[in-house]
Amino acid sequence: MISLPALPILIPFGTASLCLISLKRPRLQRLAAVLGAVAHLICALALLTATCRQGYLVLQAGDWPAPFGISLVADLFSSLMITLAAITGTAITFYALAGIDSGRESFGFYPFLHLLLMGVCGCFLAGDLFNLYVWFEVMLMASFILLALGGERGQLEGGVKYVILNLVASAFFLTALGILYGLVGTLNMADIARHLQTAEQSGLVSALAMLFLVAFGIKAALFPLFSWLPASYHTPPVAVSAVFAGLLTKVGVYALVRAFTLLFIRDISFTHELILVLAAMTMLTGVLGAVCQDGFRRILSFHIISQVGYMIMGLGIFTPLALAGTVFYIVHHIIVKTNLFLVSGVAHKLRSTEDLNRLGGFLSTAPFLSILFLIPALSLAGLPPLSGFWAKFFLIWASFEEKRYLIGALGLLVGALTLISMTKIWLKAFWGTVPAAHPERHAHQKKLPPGKTALFYLPMISLALLTLTIGLWPGLLFELAQQAASQLLDPNRYIQAVLGVTL
Amino acid sequence: MGPFETVAKGKKKAMRSIILSTAARFLMPMILLFSAFLLLRGHNLPGGGFVGGLIAAAAFGLYLLAFDVQETRRLLRIDPRTLVGLGLLVVLGSGLTGWFKGKPFLTALWGRYRLTGFLHIEIGTPLIFDAGIYLVVLGSAMTMLLALAEED
Repeated sequence: MISLPALPILIPFGTASLCLISLKRPRLQRLAAVLGAVAHLICALALLTATCRQGYLVLQAGDWPAPFGISLVADLFSSLMITLAAITGTAITFYALAGIDSGRESFGFYPFLHLLLMGVCGCFLAGDLFNLYVWFEVMLMASFILLALGGERGQLEGGVKYVILNLVASAFFLTALGILYGLVGTLNMADIARHLQTAEQSGLVSALAMLFLVAFGIKAALFPLFSWLPASYHTPPVAVSAVFAGLLTKVGVYALVRAFTLLFIRDISFTHELILVLAAMTMLTGVLGAVCQDGFRRILSFHIISQVGYMIMGLGIFTPLALAGTVFYIVHHIIVKTNLFLVSGVAHKLRSTEDLNRLGGFLSTAPFLSILFLIPALSLAGLPPLSGFWAKFFLIWASFEEKRYLIGALGLLVGALTLISMTKIWLKAFWGTVPAAHPERHAHQKKLPPGKTALFYLPMISLALLTLTIGLWPGLLFELAQQAASQLLDPNRYIQAVLGVTL
Repeated sequence: MGPFETVAKGKKKAMRSIILSTAARFLMPMILLFSAFLLLRGHNLPGGGFVGGLIAAAAFGLYLLAFDVQETRRLLRIDPRTLVGLGLLVVLGSGLTGWFKGKPFLTALWGRYRLTGFLHIEIGTPLIFDAGIYLVVLGSAMTMLLALAEED
């Protein structure tokens, strides 16, 4: 299987084309979307097992040798990310069968969902920086359309903010690429890494690192560049915002991790210290922003920001344990956050509102939904024995090991604050009674048809089980995360795998 | 329904010019031929699927100006969005061909065929790739043009 690394890109591409062709036959289109998503998941798992066995899989597209052609590189970290993208994609596809209205369906929801997945997987596989840029754009184009599809007022307002800030990020990225190309004369990441290890102008290299930090930081929603995220994520249908919440910021985090473990590793005392400061600020502002919100999805959106802070914290500490913690955290976060958004979607479908002050009493009217909320919510807050506990545990352990007590303590504090705002959702939406101002809503809680209910609950239950599994048996995933981290911390192996030469 | 019968019908249709619609009918086949020519010469010389597709879209755009949306849709026969999907599949197929021969994805394969005597023709997967791009560009440009034309 010489082309295995290309499959996670090709399958969504084929699926999207088939969906486009069958745009006017809804049943056929849904069938293509579901089959494509499942095939994507299977080949992602195949890629993961292959990278576990061989370490690196490299595909030189079109048979052009490495620094000249397009390289697709799958190491353990990228194939883990691809597996998660495929899991999210499959869950969302099933959820969308029930959750997306026929209007959006006939205007191409499924094709663009799969094009988004293609862009995301392309980012994870790109072996050169310009291709990374191109895949970012593919992903953004698809996300712009998904965000605006349906054309509701709120959607367009959120969409404009999202589009503008992301275009700024792209401009930064492109500028940085131009300067970098001028400096080293190549865009292949392995080749750049090789050149940068021997380059002299460390001032210019640090400036470049900052440009990339801004470009990827906007996409990852780092402090102070995150404002587009809470402005837009609560506006589109839940199936869309769940896939955004699960995957898009994590692509930015992935790019940051890749750039700051492979390319910019000579001035760690400057770059990685700065990343650590940003991580602290991101964690804190995100969680404080969440505490004062009142919308279900708005709270969850702010939590994405604070969680991104944790992931970047591991990158800033830059030890094997810390990076393993980052990888573990990303895996945990994608599963849990997607699930929370899906739960908020069902709550919205049942009561037609997202305002926490007007929700209430789900524990008595929809007890199963309450349990499905509780599992990911407590996991996000980091209570044992759920996956979030281990994720936070490894990161904070790593920080204490490096005698960075301040950031470790901050991590604990933010965890507690996360718990507070999750309690807020729990108290207002699930516990208590239906507010007296809207007694009629209680009586008329919508009954979903059984087929739809199954499609809503299937992905949520699967994701919740996945969280539980990781929480109860963290060893396997931690082992993988450690291997991924050791690969990340040894750029020479990456260079060797792509270029076939050592330094 | 030709242009002459519909000239008097409705406000919008009164804008129709006989010169334009007659010219469009003569020009369209030539523009389409030119776009096919560009597609075929594009591998080594200026041209290719993208430009070819744009010029083909220009041909249909001219027809759209001269006649109306329904007429243009009828002329296209296929929904332009389906055209995009088909084009993408053609692109995918051309990339996969190399794979079936045991080479990495997207590897170009060329075949040399003899026509008569000393005349040879070289056909390869890049040409098929270009044909896919042609369909994608034509389809997406027509989707936009038709959507804009239906707006007013």
